Amino acid sequence: MILEAKNLTFSYEKDGSKNKQNYYKNIILKNYHLQLKSGEILGLMAPSGQGKTTLCKLLAGYEKPQEGELLLDGKPYIQKRGYCPVQMIWQHGILALDPRMRMKDSLREGGAVAERVKNGLGLREEWMDRFPAELSGGELQRFCIARALGPDTKFLLADEMTAMLDLISQCRIWKFLRREMQERELGILAVSHDEGLLKRIADRILAFPADTDRKAGEKRGERYRAKA
Amino acid sequence: MKIRNGNRRKRIWLSLGLLLLLLVLLLAAGAVSEENALVSDFTQVNQPPSIEHIFGTDWLGRDMLARTLRGLFLSILLGAGTAAASAGIALICGILAAMSKWADGVILYLIDLVLGIPHLLLLILISLALGRGFRGVAVGILLTHWPSLARVIRGEILQLKESPYIWTSQKLGKSRLWIALHHMVPNVLPQFLTGMVLLFPHAILHESSVTFLGFGLSAEQPAIGILLSESMRYLILGNWWPALFPGILLVAVVLSFQYIGEKLRLFADPAGAHR
Repeated sequence: MILEAKNLTFSYEKDGSKNKQNYYKNIILKNYHLQLKSGEILGLMAPSGQGKTTLCKLLAGYEKPQEGELLLDGKPYIQKRGYCPVQMIWQHGILALDPRMRMKDSLREGGAVAERVKNGLGLREEWMDRFPAELSGGELQRFCIARALGPDTKFLLADEMTAMLDLISQCRIWKFLRREMQERELGILAVSHDEGLLKRIADRILAFPADTDRKAGEKRGERYRAKA
Repeated sequence: MKIRNGNRRKRIWLSLGLLLLLLVLLLAAGAVSEENALVSDFTQVNQPPSIEHIFGTDWLGRDMLARTLRGLFLSILLGAGTAAASAGIALICGILAAMSKWADGVILYLIDLVLGIPHLLLLILISLALGRGFRGVAVGILLTHWPSLARVIRGEILQLKESPYIWTSQKLGKSRLWIALHHMVPNVLPQFLTGMVLLFPHAILHESSVTFLGFGLSAEQPAIGILLSESMRYLILGNWWPALFPGILLVAVVLSFQYIGEKLRLFADPAGAHR
């Protein structure tokens, strides 16, 4: 399967409003292209504030691009309802979990989670009855990953997923995801500002924003492209 | 003292428990004092407080203690019923408003409409239109008290809608109704409960004032508002007791509900849960 973003253009200032000026001033992505295949980990590297999270939100359908297409095997996949085959994992797990829901219920939200996934991520049985406030950031993040790995998930967007974890947890999670990727032909987009991490885990690395002609980001993009 | 040993949370729970116990006792006393509140004894007219009649008697020789308890019973019952119903309307409106843009417009318009007319005036109009009495006041209160709470709940839900866990839930294929029931309702429940308890004293005071003005409960029901308005005529003769005791007890009940509401708000705030 191929996940494709074609000609993405996005600004948080909505197009068609009175302040057209603001729309053009605050363009985050312009004519952006991206291709991600099943069974690969694509690293996307950029410093803060370049729109990495925005790109993930667009790919996962949380935001709507002003222009461009999002395609899965050539067909649009973003729908208002139903399970989205492209799942995003947020940088801060605590934000992606209902503070008043027990972990076992949060985990079940995307459908039953396979024992293999639970064991692979090291989710302990005693955590299931707790609330998010009673677990650490790393533990919460593992729940978010497990939840996103439902049977219908084809692509995973990891937005600075392990940025707040220690090296041992990072290593464990990425090892698990790599195995998972090979077993079920999952495509993973690993977004990070950590070049070292991406070099270790990714099959290929893209600098971001490489294909946009956004003025502010251009210089930095060039520098990163040269390195990668 | 033993109470000092507990933390603040325990002390608050203890005070809430005591207050609730008092209110329940008050209700129980009111429930059994219906007969005594209506029996008149013309040999005992306008008696000041004594051992026999702790709160004194009124111009028909009726025992003011029994009448006050009965009045509070009626007021609390009315207050509880209308506050709960009003809060229910507020919750449903708040959720609907946050779920659909169309409903939001209609409900905001209704909120503005109801809030635009002075509470008491609208209450009197509704009560009059429904022929006064218990039903008139009850419907009046429940139709006038929901907008402020509905606005709070709507705001909370609009805020919730922008949280990543709601978005994630949508993308995990959950329906709007599922999200409303499993994510939104539990998260606005604390505000809802606090708002409901705080509606309560409001409802009681409004019931009393409408009745006091003569648009509420009928004169044969010993409601607090009736007691107070009747006592006005005798205050000038120096009979202070028919006004003082019901007034003080009404204020005490209102303040205790206010206190319960404030403390519940404290618990509802997750950040303050361990204070």
